[in-house]
Amino acid sequence: MTPIIEVEGLWTRFGDHVVHQDLSLTVNPGEVVSLVGGSGSGKTTLMRQMLGLEQPSQGRVKVFGISLHDSDTATLKKIRKRWGVLFQEGALYSALSVYDNIALPLRELRVFDEDFVHDMVMLKLDMVDIERRHAWKMPSDLSGGMIKRIALARALVLEPELIFLDEPTAGLDPDRSESFVTLIQSLHKKLNLTVVMVTHDLDTLVSLSDKIAVLADQKVIVYGSLAEAVAVHHPFIFKFFLGERGLRALSAAGSSINLDGLRKA
Amino acid sequence: MVPAPSALILAPAISEVRSADGNATAELTGAWDIRALETSAKVLQARLRGVARSGIRWDLTRIQRLDHIGALLIWQAWGKRRPVHLALPPHLEIFFNNLDAPKTRDVEPPGRDPLAIVRALGSRMLLAVEHGAGIIRLLGQVLIDSAALVRNPTLGPWREISASVYRIGGQALGITAMVGFLIGIVLSYLSSEQLKAVGANGLIVNILGIGIIRELGPVITAVLVAGRSGSSITAQLGVMRVTEELDALSVMGIPHTVRLILPKIIALAIALPLLILWTSGIALVGGAVAASHTLGITVHTFLTSLPVVVPGINLWLSIGKGVVFGVLIALTACHFGMRVQPNTESLGAGTTNSVVTSITVVIVADAILAVLFADLGINLL
Repeated sequence: MTPIIEVEGLWTRFGDHVVHQDLSLTVNPGEVVSLVGGSGSGKTTLMRQMLGLEQPSQGRVKVFGISLHDSDTATLKKIRKRWGVLFQEGALYSALSVYDNIALPLRELRVFDEDFVHDMVMLKLDMVDIERRHAWKMPSDLSGGMIKRIALARALVLEPELIFLDEPTAGLDPDRSESFVTLIQSLHKKLNLTVVMVTHDLDTLVSLSDKIAVLADQKVIVYGSLAEAVAVHHPFIFKFFLGERGLRALSAAGSSINLDGLRKA
Repeated sequence: MVPAPSALILAPAISEVRSADGNATAELTGAWDIRALETSAKVLQARLRGVARSGIRWDLTRIQRLDHIGALLIWQAWGKRRPVHLALPPHLEIFFNNLDAPKTRDVEPPGRDPLAIVRALGSRMLLAVEHGAGIIRLLGQVLIDSAALVRNPTLGPWREISASVYRIGGQALGITAMVGFLIGIVLSYLSSEQLKAVGANGLIVNILGIGIIRELGPVITAVLVAGRSGSSITAQLGVMRVTEELDALSVMGIPHTVRLILPKIIALAIALPLLILWTSGIALVGGAVAASHTLGITVHTFLTSLPVVVPGINLWLSIGKGVVFGVLIALTACHFGMRVQPNTESLGAGTTNSVVTSITVVIVADAILAVLFADLGINLL
């Protein structure tokens, strides 16, 4: 099974400041991988490098087995049609209506007629639980939760194999983030997507991820299941997972991790 | 995406098979997903429509891969409902479920209005009136909020005013000088050709003096400043509106009229007259240089006869125009800045409207002032 994303020997420097030092990470098909780390640990930078929006100082990033750095534009264009991205603020085009936002990637292919585009847009709105009557609204008339759902619909419109989520539940109220997590879960199951996400929200992390990559000390200190991540002795992991909020999220998830044992350690 | 049973993924294809009992079956094979359809969707769509007719049986069991794109293409060929005779493997069901049972009713896009042109004209007129009223209201609000400053001048935004004077005036010295100098030269050349023909060389000083000091200097400088500073004021306020900085000021009890708009109005009322004097001066120097070439009037003669033929009141008129234009440009720019909506298009449109409107307002105001002061400061020969 060829991995979907391979990061090898990645270095990122901003002037004298080293963000990533010889970092490596592999994401296999169908996995839901969460990148976590303190602020400034370079989670978002790593994600942007996986998207080809930023160049690492050294090392290579391969997506679908294709290097992002030394491929020609035609190859890169093909890759870009196979992934979808949900940006933190949705990044809907504010000059276009909801309908046109979702239709844009389809229309760019220039092979489908308008009737097809219409039915596809409506189908995607159904998939993300947005009523069809909202299709003609402008992004500025929508709430934050709706913007995220519509941005997800836009990210899914070309049937991607890989989807990136940047803080998928940030800025949503608990009820809405709960339903957003359920939505992503069901889509993941249904479409067999590979998901890479950056999140700070412990509840989202616990309920969605198969694997967690913890970024600290300029590298991935642990990459594995939640239980494996929590078992590692590191000040960041201790603060992040075993603080009061972390413990609450872990116990709410009913995880099989022996929390008492960890706390004593 | 449904994984293929075999390693080899075939291109999507349709074949029509006729069985022994005379029933026709449309068999779909290969990968019906976006990757395959991206290149062949048009051909397959036509082929599907050609095959689709009532009574034909559909066999989807040999499809290797399917996604929503492929499912929709097939479903549309079926006439947007499932055919009676359909062999659909259970793992492909999910792609058709949402299509069969839409969760919500379809709503048509807002249709075209036959009276759209009339309506657009009417709403534009009303909008123009609304803008006018808005600018007057803004001026009133600024005056009311500034009343507190009369009682307590230490609250005044003096630093902001001085910064704005520098940005609007100081930093515009270069561009206005260049434009003024060139206009002076061009005007002088063109006029001197005409004057030479009638032998009235000396009149060049009157023409340039009155023309530049009374009209061209103020209007050209105002147009330049409207384009340069008007647009930046609108964009600045617009972005502050979008990023909720204006609301942040309001909740701190700092009226944005006093902190942001008043400094712009005062700064433009100070800087624009000064810029006008500067531009007019340079334009006259340009005119004098050109006149010495074409008509042989020395720069010294030109400059010494200027005060004789152009009464001093013209200078005051020019300064007065500068103050009026400055206030108008500032009010227009601020008004449009405050109306920017939180989207990218609105910011662009607001800035454009602001510049176009302030230039128009300047020219209209200039025409009104020209009529009001028609018999002031002009020596009849």
